[in-house]
Amino acid sequence: MTLDVPPTLAVDPLLDDPKTRIIVCCGAGGVGKTTTAAALGLRAAERGRKVVVLTIDPARRLAQSMGIDSLDNTPRRVKEIEGDGELHAMMLDMKRTFDEIVEAHADAERARAILENPFYQSLSAGFAGTQEYMAMEKLGQLRARDEWDLIIVDTPPSRSALDFLDAPSRLGSFLDGKFIRVLMAPAKVGGRAGMKFLNVGMSMMTGTLGKLLGGPFLKDVQTFVAAMDTMFGGFRTRADATYRLLQAPGTAFLVVAAPERDALREAAYFVERLAADRMPLAGLVLNRVHGSGAARLSAERALAAAEALGAPDGPDPAGPDGPVENHETGGIVDQEGGKEEVRTPPEPHDSPETPATELTAGLLRLHAERMRLLSREQRTRDRFTALHPEVAVAEVAALPGDVHDLAGLRDIGDRLASGGRPV
Amino acid sequence: MSRLQVVSGKGGTGKTTVAAALALALATEGKRTLLVEVEGRQGIAQLFETEALPYEERKIAVAPGGGEVYALAIDAELALLDYLQMFYRLGGAGRALRKLGAIDFATTIAPGVRDVLLTGKACEAVRRKDKRGRYAYDYVVMDAPPTGRITRFLNVNDEVAGLAKIGPIHNQAQAVMRVLKSAETSVHLVTLLEEMPVQETLDGIAELRAAGLPVGRILVNMVRPTLLDGPVPDGVKRTEIARELSRAGLGGARKGGLAEQLVEPLLAQAAEYAERIALEQEQRAELAEPGLPVHELEFLSEGIDLAGLYRLATTLRRQGVS
Repeated sequence: MTLDVPPTLAVDPLLDDPKTRIIVCCGAGGVGKTTTAAALGLRAAERGRKVVVLTIDPARRLAQSMGIDSLDNTPRRVKEIEGDGELHAMMLDMKRTFDEIVEAHADAERARAILENPFYQSLSAGFAGTQEYMAMEKLGQLRARDEWDLIIVDTPPSRSALDFLDAPSRLGSFLDGKFIRVLMAPAKVGGRAGMKFLNVGMSMMTGTLGKLLGGPFLKDVQTFVAAMDTMFGGFRTRADATYRLLQAPGTAFLVVAAPERDALREAAYFVERLAADRMPLAGLVLNRVHGSGAARLSAERALAAAEALGAPDGPDPAGPDGPVENHETGGIVDQEGGKEEVRTPPEPHDSPETPATELTAGLLRLHAERMRLLSREQRTRDRFTALHPEVAVAEVAALPGDVHDLAGLRDIGDRLASGGRPV
Repeated sequence: MSRLQVVSGKGGTGKTTVAAALALALATEGKRTLLVEVEGRQGIAQLFETEALPYEERKIAVAPGGGEVYALAIDAELALLDYLQMFYRLGGAGRALRKLGAIDFATTIAPGVRDVLLTGKACEAVRRKDKRGRYAYDYVVMDAPPTGRITRFLNVNDEVAGLAKIGPIHNQAQAVMRVLKSAETSVHLVTLLEEMPVQETLDGIAELRAAGLPVGRILVNMVRPTLLDGPVPDGVKRTEIARELSRAGLGGARKGGLAEQLVEPLLAQAAEYAERIALEQEQRAELAEPGLPVHELEFLSEGIDLAGLYRLATTLRRQGVS
């Protein structure tokens, strides 16, 4: 059925290699990205590395699974790690991160002016791009501290999943772009020769924006920009540095997906985008893959067998004690036993139904459903493999429930590392 | 029934699908609905198997009984240029503004302006009337950002109104907020019967309520049919199951026989299934907590195609959602 079998992603060598310093987990929302990041972090730590996991917006249960009630902007050490390694976990607080940059780069008075500016307050509270920018900023900071030998980053659940690659340069280019300079010093621009066009555009623009947003708003922006003046070059430089850090050897991207059409479509898009940006892709983590210990029994045969057992199709709403399905033709009423009983016609079998019959038919129908799911998953995967046969894949077998503790994360780590088809 | 129906949900729960099915369901008996997309992902076009939607209202489906579904992918940049043209006749200046980075600034970086433009356009469609004074659309269904961002997205107008204290953006923001916080609007949350989406849904409801936004319904997507009644009873022996499997023509029932080898894996699958069903029951109980109407949509095993959308629309209609 499978035409190409993609190479298996070897997770342990990746985690063990001391040259691996950053692992970025990216993928569509709802595919288990954060859980994957946490499981990888735990596994790497228990294999002896000193790891920090930077999560963006973890579910409360996931934080609790690491024994931390609430994650914050500072890495907290996770207890009860086996072995010599260490695991630290943190959650990005974008406002706090932005504030720290301001505090670090401006004198006290200027910093206060910025922090109190209403435009800054909205910007830092998380509008378009800020979260992505701050995630990359935090990654740069963690890397610069050099306290950990492995940093695992989860990426924000963005509007478009690759915003985190674009946002830094967008914010960076805004903050030291033409527009800001125009906002700040209209007179200067107007005075230059050959800038007539810009001048016209500019006055129209400040006029328009003023009208649109209201004078005070624009004034807030201008004050903010003036106060941030000294930091602008810095923003651009840092955005560029982080971007280069992502391209550097030592960084590995993992695209996380589930075997569903949309998630894999997004994963394919990621793979292409990472290649275009020359970002090093380690492979695809495919979560929630289903398997079956009885895969040699096809859905069709299972259904046919269920039918052959003659049990009613689907659970009987009246329960096991309810009326037996009546056959309009061929129903034999057995009077000899003194009680009325409807028997299945001799074809294919004529033994009476027992609880085991009904149960077995149910088991077979359940299995048919599972086999259909398996082939659906296989089809979506084949589509991805056909597009990107070179991408190594690690499959993680589906769990019935969510992860609640370190043991659960460890289990996912084992599944990740075994990488192959679940049984 | 609210005329603006906002559909949100955790990523991966199928909120675009549910929004589309709802738009179809609401387009009964000659009614006309508009399905809007605000995140530039072209999810609606993919769903209805059409080419990418332009920034233009376009008929994409006809509902049973003659209703019509229109679709619009709102683009913040074009909405801003639209807006400049409409109020200031400045459409031509758009290019100059874009060259300067002003449009980019306004639609991606300036706090909240993007969201005001997106929600503003949707509210405009809600209020729009034709020459005879009838509403252009009976309902507007919005495929909104995910649960984690929905409150901020809808409430952003409040924040912007506070930030831009005068001027048209301020007025626009206030006008939009009046619609969003009124009974004209209803915010629905899509979830699955799994722990994380359910938790996020409950958190989302609390947040929306705290912000004074009207929460409508909980829509549980991808609900699978029941295949097995409860857990496997203890009384049934493995040998009996093997015998039944053999009787159904699946090989020998003796130890090592083909039918006998199937027993363990099949029982393992049944145990997993029972665990999942029990978990789903717990999630159902949790979803009952907020006291909102809860609707369940069936899982379409062959994936979502047009026929599937119509099926879901029928389910919604049967449950009295439209």
